[in-house]
Amino acid sequence: MNQTIPFSLNDKPMSLSLDGERKLLWVLRTDLGLTGTKFGCGEGFCAACTVLVDGEAVRSCQFPLKDVAGKTVTTIEGLAQNGKLHPLQEAFARHDALQCGFCTPGMILVAHEFLMKNPKPSEKDVREALEGNLCRCGAHTRIVQAVMDAAGLK
Amino acid sequence: MKKDERDEYQRPGTLGRREFLKIAGGGIVVAVSFGGEFSFSQEEARRRGAGYPEDFNAYLLIGADGRVTGYTGKVELGQGAITSLPQMIADELDVPYQAVDMVMGDTDLCPWDMGTFGSLTTRMFGPALRAAAAEARAVLLELAAERLKVPKESLSVKDGVVFDKASPSNKVFYGELASGKRIERHISPKPSVKGVGEWAVMGKPFFHKDAVDKVTGKALFAGDIRLPGMLYAKVLRPPAQGAKIRSLDTSAADRIEGIRIVQDGDLVAALHELPDVAATALDLIKAEYDVPESKLDDETIFDHLLSIAPEARVVAEGGDLKEGESLAANVFEETYLNGYVAHAPMEPHTALADVKGDKATIWASTQAPFRVKDEVAQAVGIPPAGVHVVMPFVGGGFGGKTRNIQASQAARLSKITGKPVQVAWSREDEFFNDSFRPAAIVKIRSGTDGSGKMVFWDYGVYFAGDRSSAQFYSIPHHRTVSRGEWGGGGTGAHPFAVGAWRAPGSNTNVFARECQIDIMAAKEGMDPLEFRMQNLSDERMKRVLAAAADKFGWTLAPLPSRRGMAIVCADYSGTYVATAAQITVDRKTGGIQVNRVVCAQDMGQCINPQGAVIQIEGCITMGLGYTLTEELHFKGGEILDLNFDTYELPRFSWLPKIETVLVPNNSLPPSGGGEPAIINMGAVVANALFDATGARVRRLPLTPKRVKAALAAMEK
Repeated sequence: MNQTIPFSLNDKPMSLSLDGERKLLWVLRTDLGLTGTKFGCGEGFCAACTVLVDGEAVRSCQFPLKDVAGKTVTTIEGLAQNGKLHPLQEAFARHDALQCGFCTPGMILVAHEFLMKNPKPSEKDVREALEGNLCRCGAHTRIVQAVMDAAGLK
Repeated sequence: MKKDERDEYQRPGTLGRREFLKIAGGGIVVAVSFGGEFSFSQEEARRRGAGYPEDFNAYLLIGADGRVTGYTGKVELGQGAITSLPQMIADELDVPYQAVDMVMGDTDLCPWDMGTFGSLTTRMFGPALRAAAAEARAVLLELAAERLKVPKESLSVKDGVVFDKASPSNKVFYGELASGKRIERHISPKPSVKGVGEWAVMGKPFFHKDAVDKVTGKALFAGDIRLPGMLYAKVLRPPAQGAKIRSLDTSAADRIEGIRIVQDGDLVAALHELPDVAATALDLIKAEYDVPESKLDDETIFDHLLSIAPEARVVAEGGDLKEGESLAANVFEETYLNGYVAHAPMEPHTALADVKGDKATIWASTQAPFRVKDEVAQAVGIPPAGVHVVMPFVGGGFGGKTRNIQASQAARLSKITGKPVQVAWSREDEFFNDSFRPAAIVKIRSGTDGSGKMVFWDYGVYFAGDRSSAQFYSIPHHRTVSRGEWGGGGTGAHPFAVGAWRAPGSNTNVFARECQIDIMAAKEGMDPLEFRMQNLSDERMKRVLAAAADKFGWTLAPLPSRRGMAIVCADYSGTYVATAAQITVDRKTGGIQVNRVVCAQDMGQCINPQGAVIQIEGCITMGLGYTLTEELHFKGGEILDLNFDTYELPRFSWLPKIETVLVPNNSLPPSGGGEPAIINMGAVVANALFDATGARVRRLPLTPKRVKAALAAMEK
């Protein structure tokens, strides 16, 4: 059943008339063409599909569209402001905290939620925060460094 | 995202051939022949009648704007070739690194290439690319000499500007030389490439050229390409390998609005303009299968493989084993086992196919675009020349994306429906259809003389292949044989497809050899570093071992020292690598935490040290997986691990402190760096486990269950 779902997407008001049971991941990627959010496992095990809903990192492959009604959604495309990279994006690029780059949007958005809540984390805190994010290339060491660096920028 | 923004990021390279020629019409093209050790790929291209010029395998275009574009059949998988290859071009041409673009893997624009794997890009392709750039520079110097009316010997180049050394204001830009001309010129004899001392860009750290696109979500992967009217296909997965459809009921799925169900032989798919709706429809399809009987599983597979092993092939031998054994005071006979592992790239296999008549355009996540070209042509019955494979970014490969069933599936479905079709495998599809690293066995008999010297070595590997199997210690009497290759080993060997997995064969071979070395060192009452040094005469290997030991702060102690430390060494296609590690073992749970890993690597000349270090770190982290948890569970053709809940990849909490040492060695040409450091991980952790506890586990992965069993066996 289609329903009208108003929400804010990357700082822009949006209203969709769609089946609210559809998962946010596919609506973002297909209906809205925001392909920065990645499909990795479809079960919430890998966090490649992470987006922010009211600042909380959620697995968009598990998240029904209807649950974003009245909320703000931020995807990786919405992180840079006025052409300026977010400090996390800048830190990931500078630290070479990525290889194939497929897990990168999810890593950055989970780190984003974490740093908002824990602006001065230890390395151990960062590792714990990212425990649910999988990376197959093995960029972990640099990802932790990038998040620590981004924390320092704030 | 607006359409024009997408187009901007639709790279590398979606230009058609005509556009390319138009550009080439206004620039200088230099083509280069691989020759020598590269000739195999030319032969291959000729044999396949691919229609490529016979005299080149790489080429460079210097445009009227002075920008340089390198065209290569290699692809970017995250390994950093998109960064290291422009470094080579920039240095040989004397242009800034930022002035170089790469077009990678596009089958209409790039010369034929067999695929991106085996750490070959730098080692095999790099020299050809550098030669092309050096030749381009010589061509430009000739043109500049004519233009500036001075002998080319008087000219020098900096940042793409050719100038008269005697009168620097007499100068011309590369772009001006290239402007308005279409020049294909060859220089004879070929100019030589620069020596290490002349490098200005190579040998310097450079960050990923694609980083900004990847942190902003703009980098397009195969699943991110959109075409008007495209359909998303979800392909029905059988319950087991080799299962055949007996009956199919699509009535429930058919009722979904806009759905199209296609059955083409064994290929059954649900297609819809929304991928999630296609997936929902697929779940509604009821199918019954005939599943072949099989008694094989992840425990019985080893006996099965031993029972069907083909004839032994000698890899290396010297001396006389009988004589060696007569000299032995201690004889060691061990068997090592290693299970199947999955590639599990974060991006599952994906392809978009647009088949129209006898033409097809394919966007595929592949390590081998030219292989996709041939396979798609065959799958839809059109000439290979009509297939254009375009390369988006690839979300990891590790060997698994040399096989590309998804591209043929997409092409078949596109042909049938007359629409562009995307096939994006689910994670379950990805596990089920993977070409796993084969299970393998190594049997070793070896002996020491009782005073710390190895006297004989009789090594047999089954189904891992021979890479890194030949031992490099100075053992007077030795033989290494291999039975069955990693690529398959003949029919009936494995219950599913197997293939190359990052450093194929070597992970198994090094695990077995370096464990055996420590078993001998322990019996001799020696420290593992001391024992290795005492049995090595290869000075290069000794230097790499010493570099790792030095960085680690290794101090000598007989095994087991209870410190949880180990140090091992190996060679991989010309790269030498030594790894030291320290671990702690939880005796109650059997869990292993790797606390620190130090890796020293001698890869000859190093083009991009930053990239090399990143690859070492990646190898160490990924290597923890096959060492500690990764092994595929299966029952006959039924794959039991289909997602990351049961198939555990390394996580952040596993992360050791990683330190790397690039052992300088400019006396050797560059060798590969994408794989070597992973091959030591199994052995260094297994040996550290023994050093910590005195318990020896001879089978990877070192699961808590196996660790506890070994501890219990020891205490008995």
